[in-house]
Amino acid sequence: MPAVTETIETVQQATESGYKWGFETDIEMEFAPKGLNEDIVRFISAKKNEPEWLLEWRLRAFAAWKTMEEPRWAAVKYAPIDYQDSYYYAAPKQKVGPKSLDEVDPELLKTYAKLGIPLREQEILAGVEGAGSVPAEGRMPIAVDAVFDSVSVATSYKERLGKEGIIFCSISEAVQTHPELVRKYLGTVVPQGDNFFAALNSAVFTDGSFVYIPKGVRCPMELSTYFRINAKSTGQFERTLIVADEGSHVSYLEGCTAPMRDENQLHAAVVELVALDDATIKYSTVQNWYPGDAEGKGGIYNFVTKRGACRGARSKISWTQVETGSAITWKYPSCILQGEDSVGEFYSVAITNNYQQADTGTKMFHIGPRTRSTIVSKGISAGHGQNTYRGLVRIGAKAHGARNFTQCDSLLIGDLCGAHTVPYIENRCVSAKVEHEATTSRIAEDQLFYCRQRGLTQEEAVGLIVNGFCREVLKELPMEFAVEAQKLLQISLEGSVG
Amino acid sequence: MLKIEGLTAEIDGKAILKGIDLEVPKGEVHAIMGPNGSGKSTLSYVLSGRDGYEVTGGTASFNGHDILAMEPEERAAAGLFLAFQYPVELPGVGNATFLRTALNAQRKARGEAELDAMQFLKLARERMKALSMSDEMLKRGVNVGFSGGEKKRNEILQMALLKPGLAILDETDSGLDIDALKIVADGVNAMRGPDFSALVITHYQRLLDYIVPDRVHVLMGGRIVKSGGPELAKELEAQGYGAVQAAA
Repeated sequence: MPAVTETIETVQQATESGYKWGFETDIEMEFAPKGLNEDIVRFISAKKNEPEWLLEWRLRAFAAWKTMEEPRWAAVKYAPIDYQDSYYYAAPKQKVGPKSLDEVDPELLKTYAKLGIPLREQEILAGVEGAGSVPAEGRMPIAVDAVFDSVSVATSYKERLGKEGIIFCSISEAVQTHPELVRKYLGTVVPQGDNFFAALNSAVFTDGSFVYIPKGVRCPMELSTYFRINAKSTGQFERTLIVADEGSHVSYLEGCTAPMRDENQLHAAVVELVALDDATIKYSTVQNWYPGDAEGKGGIYNFVTKRGACRGARSKISWTQVETGSAITWKYPSCILQGEDSVGEFYSVAITNNYQQADTGTKMFHIGPRTRSTIVSKGISAGHGQNTYRGLVRIGAKAHGARNFTQCDSLLIGDLCGAHTVPYIENRCVSAKVEHEATTSRIAEDQLFYCRQRGLTQEEAVGLIVNGFCREVLKELPMEFAVEAQKLLQISLEGSVG
Repeated sequence: MLKIEGLTAEIDGKAILKGIDLEVPKGEVHAIMGPNGSGKSTLSYVLSGRDGYEVTGGTASFNGHDILAMEPEERAAAGLFLAFQYPVELPGVGNATFLRTALNAQRKARGEAELDAMQFLKLARERMKALSMSDEMLKRGVNVGFSGGEKKRNEILQMALLKPGLAILDETDSGLDIDALKIVADGVNAMRGPDFSALVITHYQRLLDYIVPDRVHVLMGGRIVKSGGPELAKELEAQGYGAVQAAA
């Protein structure tokens, strides 16, 4: 059965309203002492057997972080975070760098099976080992890197990708095996001192994925990383670096879930993308961190810095995100459009239900001539949810003929939620063209009745209308993922009407 | 068959239906005519279960089901279809997706197998051909950017696909030119048979030239004040509602 179908079924099997991925894996863990100081940074670096330059890099980040203040400009409210009351390293106890899945703790394998994430490579002939997971004919498999709390537990299809010269592995492994590439690009898009959360991440990041696509190579399958927070009182700080060399092409997916807990947990990731001449990176996220309960208790604080640099001429970076989870989302996937004729895209659906808060959007920096960007943002608020689109389009003096089109639509369900749009536009070039459109609407009673008269239940009707509202974004997702995202949207809104 | 007895209903505390008695036997098409404000649309909404219409007395049953006790979607699955006077737009929702979701929701509720995309398309194309509609309509958003006539034809297409046991057509003729009117009428006439009954609600007699009813009822002031054969519609057209009211 193809990977994503399994995931979809996992979603479909979901019964009553609520979060379906909230179970906890009982597994022996290794923790660093609670709290954050230079010793912890050294501990993490030593655990990962890192070269001296990387330790120095982390320490510089930590020094910067200590001087910084948590940003307060976002339209989100939360109690102060005690950064000393959290674990910064938590890893399942297991052999270092298991050679094959057989060496991975069966509890972990079970966890991913339960989440519907395939770690086994589904070769046509390898239907053995009770996996029963032979892909349908002609169906492309997906290569997966699975990150559990602080470490990557498995990466599939490494060998097959290796034949094309593609590097897909955990970032800790890349530091060991491809230090020159990591050193060349790490922190060049999001510097250590970029912002409070990025600095924190740079000091204590534990794992994440590394991708390098060589010149002229079109990656033959979707690459994907699946993040899972499991341990209590633990933050997840992963770091992802994707480099697409000249003329290459890659599509990358990211998914994430966490157990249901009353406490809030911090997830502060950094994602850096680099696209050289004529390269294309498509980065898709289906974010489904635990959103907290119906009263707003618990849930993940998702404070993430994602940025891509279109360094080369005619390069393209496209962000697509479906944000259904997290108690708070603070996230602005951005594009630095340096190369001439480079293209940046941002397609976003953000749902806030119950007491969820989202402050999300994008930044498009037009530096090179004839750079183009498209922003399509769909915010859906239900319950007491608060949803803010915050975006910046900056056009530099040399970005002759640059173009931007922005569309921000908000959909309100019920009368206790809020939708806000905060677009910033800065233009220093007379030949540039910037367009902005925005709408706010409600699901009308007559739309619901129309659907119900045709036989749909109230919830099916809401799901259908919301999916229609998000269509322009969902169609940007890789096809199988889009189906999953649609189901997820419907589940996220269960109980929001009537 | 549809059986309504002593049905009273109000909106915001204001009585609109003041005791409706009506029977539409299986296989028959009945017309309900009446001036504006007589309660025609209210009757169609009460029967289909729209929120905001409070039933204060009486009963309504369809094939033995107490429909007033059912959710709107349950009434739909039981075979009740309402062709809307003002069909609603659903932006971004493809017409094909909507029709298939609706058809499968009803089939599921009735314990029948759902249709996959291919089976559905085949069926839809077949029905569209019979209604001289182009495939193009399936690709568009539900009623989005449709002309008034297209919206009404889309209602008829939905009816043809869902094959209801009882169709209520709420002023389906309003805003239609003569060609569109014929297509709508042909659609309804094609459905006629021993298992289909319809309640055609209209202000004008014109539609009834094309959909010839078995019975005509005149609704005024929330009551049915006169019933008769198809000739009653012509009488109304000639003399106006005032004459009926005076006689009633």
